[in-house]
Amino acid sequence: MIAAIALVVGIVLGLVLRPTVPSWLEPYLPIAVVAALDAVFGGIRARLDGLFDAKVFVISFVSNVLVAALIVFLGDKLGVGAALSTAVVVVLGIRIFGNAAAIRRHIFRA
Amino acid sequence: MTAEHDAETRVDAQTDDLEEVAAGSETADGVDTSVHSDETQPNTEGPVEEVIEGDPDAEDHAETASDDHAGGTADRARGSSFRVRAGVLIGVLVALLGFAIAVQVRSNSSSDSLSGAREEDLIRILDDQNLQAARLRQQIADLQLTVGQLQAGGDRNSVALQQAEQQLAALGVLLGTLPATGPGVVVTVTDPARKLQPEDLLDIVQELRGAGAEAIQFGGVRVGVSTSFTAAPSGVQVDDAVEQPPYVVRAIGDPKTLDTALNIPGGVAATARAAGGDAAVAEMQRVTITALRQLPNPKYASPSGR
Repeated sequence: MIAAIALVVGIVLGLVLRPTVPSWLEPYLPIAVVAALDAVFGGIRARLDGLFDAKVFVISFVSNVLVAALIVFLGDKLGVGAALSTAVVVVLGIRIFGNAAAIRRHIFRA
Repeated sequence: MTAEHDAETRVDAQTDDLEEVAAGSETADGVDTSVHSDETQPNTEGPVEEVIEGDPDAEDHAETASDDHAGGTADRARGSSFRVRAGVLIGVLVALLGFAIAVQVRSNSSSDSLSGAREEDLIRILDDQNLQAARLRQQIADLQLTVGQLQAGGDRNSVALQQAEQQLAALGVLLGTLPATGPGVVVTVTDPARKLQPEDLLDIVQELRGAGAEAIQFGGVRVGVSTSFTAAPSGVQVDDAVEQPPYVVRAIGDPKTLDTALNIPGGVAATARAAGGDAAVAEMQRVTITALRQLPNPKYASPSGR
């Protein structure tokens, strides 16, 4: 509940404040968002499974974001940034789909 | 070192770590006091229950969770304060996520998409632009060449036109289709006895031509290539017009030469005097010939190419 409210508050803040993304952050922000979404879906799934743990959630959230950004950063340094960010998005997308499927089974029993 | 002690220190380490993540919203001292005051409160949740989550490091946690059973009441108390701060932390993180999503969506939908493009894409775009610029420059060079060629052609055409106009003027003067003016002589031939034959009058024209006259007018008739002199009852018929004495002949050419040619011994002037008349030659700085001829229109002959 708190998380949902916080999400709405964050979105509203982002829409109201209209911050400009600093240029050094631009390649990493979308990947970081996808990684964070993965962590959030994992958290929702764990919550529905009754296994939710705040510490795990926080650490996985932060580490997901950092690792994703690190991979993209390394990819940019190695000259395969575009390919690696695609790879990260694909992997995270698969995980999000898996978590979403688990959530769906929980909610709809199907 | 007992198992209990071990677990407690490890939990301590965990709380410290999380405090770092939470960016110091609470001090370490605050943690201690809250732990002591909350010690008696019942706590059904906490580190004991942290088992699995849909996360890769869930297995690690399964291990630690079994260790945490030995934590005891102190552990549970720490877990309670940990939960509060974890809730705040989760809220902050999820709010950050929402914020980032909104920002990213906004920046992505804004028109300035190049600023977010990565280096290699920018290089590719730059290459494309450079190629296109090179193509356009090549096109410009081609078109400029075409312009130069067309201008040169126009110059040639205008030169040809100028030459043609000069030719037209020269031929017009020689053919008698254009009026002419210039230095020359006016010859007045009197023939009171009417003894001058058409041949004698033709001789005047021949003599003038021989002396380089460029345009000749006999009476009111412009003398051209086909001019004929025929005898007529009251004088001489020049082309279609009948001329009567005194005949006035105007010629454009070098006045001295023309004068000399007419006055040579046994020449035209002598003939006129012998016939009882006279041929008075007046050298003029400016003789104007206004009589014109029709442009001959050849019926049979046509230019045969060069």
